[in-house]
Amino acid sequence: MSDLKERVQEITINMGPSHPAMHGTIRLLVTLDGEKVVKCDTQIGYLHRAFEKMCEANVWQANFPYTDRLNYVSPLMNNVGYAQAVEKLIGIEIPERTKYIRTLLCELSRVADHLTCIAAASMELGAFTVFLYCMEGRDLIWDRIEELTGARVTPAYVRIGGLARDLPDGFNERVISILPRIEKVISDIDELLTNNPIFIDRTRNTGVISADDAIELGFTGPCLRSTGVKHDLRKKQPYLIYDRFDFDVPVGTNGDNYDRYMVRMEEMRQSIRIIRQVIKDIPRGKINIDNTMYILPQKDEVYKTIEGVVNHFKLIMDGIQVPAGEVYDATEAANGELGFYLVSDGGGKPVKCRVRSPSFALMQGLEKMVVGSYLADIIPTFGSINMIGGECDR
Amino acid sequence: MNREVIEKIRGSFSSEIISFYEDRDMPEFIVKRDALLRFVKFLKEESDIKMEQLTDITAVDWYKKKEERFEVVYHFYSYSLNHRLRVKVNLREDDVKIPSITDIFKGANWFERECYDMYGIIFLNHPDLRRILLYPEFVGHPLRKDYPIDRRQPLVKLRRTEERRERP
Repeated sequence: MSDLKERVQEITINMGPSHPAMHGTIRLLVTLDGEKVVKCDTQIGYLHRAFEKMCEANVWQANFPYTDRLNYVSPLMNNVGYAQAVEKLIGIEIPERTKYIRTLLCELSRVADHLTCIAAASMELGAFTVFLYCMEGRDLIWDRIEELTGARVTPAYVRIGGLARDLPDGFNERVISILPRIEKVISDIDELLTNNPIFIDRTRNTGVISADDAIELGFTGPCLRSTGVKHDLRKKQPYLIYDRFDFDVPVGTNGDNYDRYMVRMEEMRQSIRIIRQVIKDIPRGKINIDNTMYILPQKDEVYKTIEGVVNHFKLIMDGIQVPAGEVYDATEAANGELGFYLVSDGGGKPVKCRVRSPSFALMQGLEKMVVGSYLADIIPTFGSINMIGGECDR
Repeated sequence: MNREVIEKIRGSFSSEIISFYEDRDMPEFIVKRDALLRFVKFLKEESDIKMEQLTDITAVDWYKKKEERFEVVYHFYSYSLNHRLRVKVNLREDDVKIPSITDIFKGANWFERECYDMYGIIFLNHPDLRRILLYPEFVGHPLRKDYPIDRRQPLVKLRRTEERRERP
């Protein structure tokens, strides 16, 4: 037997940076003993765009288009996260209506993000029908986002102290009208996957991580909740107006791929529940704060008065003047805790604009999740983590 | 985080804490570099602090603005007690070494690698300190303020897989 053992040679193979069964530009150097993974060196950075360096070169309000490209499946959540951090640093309170609209958009984005994750993960396991159904559901949401912001994936819609524009007429009714169709998509996925023996074989007890390891490695979001830790920043440290709504935080038990799938499915249903409550209570009123230190003056004023011109010019050229100080502000994005750590020296540009992205910490845990399992288990594990390259590599 | 706990931390590390500041989002401690490991271990293990998760590690470059150029910033979060804390260590430009906390928090590994990659801060006793977002041949550390935003990097030859695994 010992002879046989010696003849087994470990081989090292490359998965990625561009691999047909993985959605995301990432390179895994996998060391294999037969089909068992012995070591997995995760190499990220293929989508590095120097986000932080660019932010430091720009005025505060010019960074919204960059934040769109962090998690490009749910860009509005990044917009909201950044705006909220800057508002906290300045110390301004946004109007009620804006809070409702931001919450609505965050939850729509969460549904879109989870649909994309389930779509890609199941397609890599061969369930192409699910992919198409999910894309249909996601496009229903993106059509509404396009109607509101003018773009599907690069909205740059949120502003410091407000929003770019108010909701168009009849928007709420159209959002309500797509919800049953999204629910239909979710129940279709449910029927196709949840009790599907092939899907269960591939996902149950693969990519397992314990709650302690998950916390230690910095896991947040659905991946942490799948291990049984009932933690959601929307409940634990409520921001916007999440404390006014009734919703549940689903948790898993095993921390495997199947649990991550189930947690995401339930979260979508809860998000739809929140959306209905938001639309029911959404108040009328203004969307921007009344302070031209932070909000651009009305176009009318810019064209007709000298004060308006000067105000506009100063805001665009010098940027919003943010008082010196620093702040860390976290929101619950679709993948987990999205934190912005901002440092200001009192000028128009950030000294430091750090993004604590959930995917970065999750990818760190990938090795822990796949070592000891089979090569084929990497595919569902990677899929259920839902790495978004733009957010991981920044 | 309540006052008693903060006073307890300040009392236990009275000579190691350089300054304390109750910021608008969380309390902030600036500690001496030599005391960092003990301080972080204390935060993790003490039953009324219980910092279970390391949220983030990053650095701030105060080039030509402060005497001690770099600030290494740690954010911690406690799941069971639901509070946050920020710890900072100041480093001089000519001595950018700091002990790694990977023995205490496994999750610090990649964050420290990124901090090394972007700011060139050396984390002593780190198990695998190599660049993470950039490639090994990259010259300089781009998030330092004296790195111009438009600098070009030399082209890199095609490498074999085995070579790429080597450390830079």
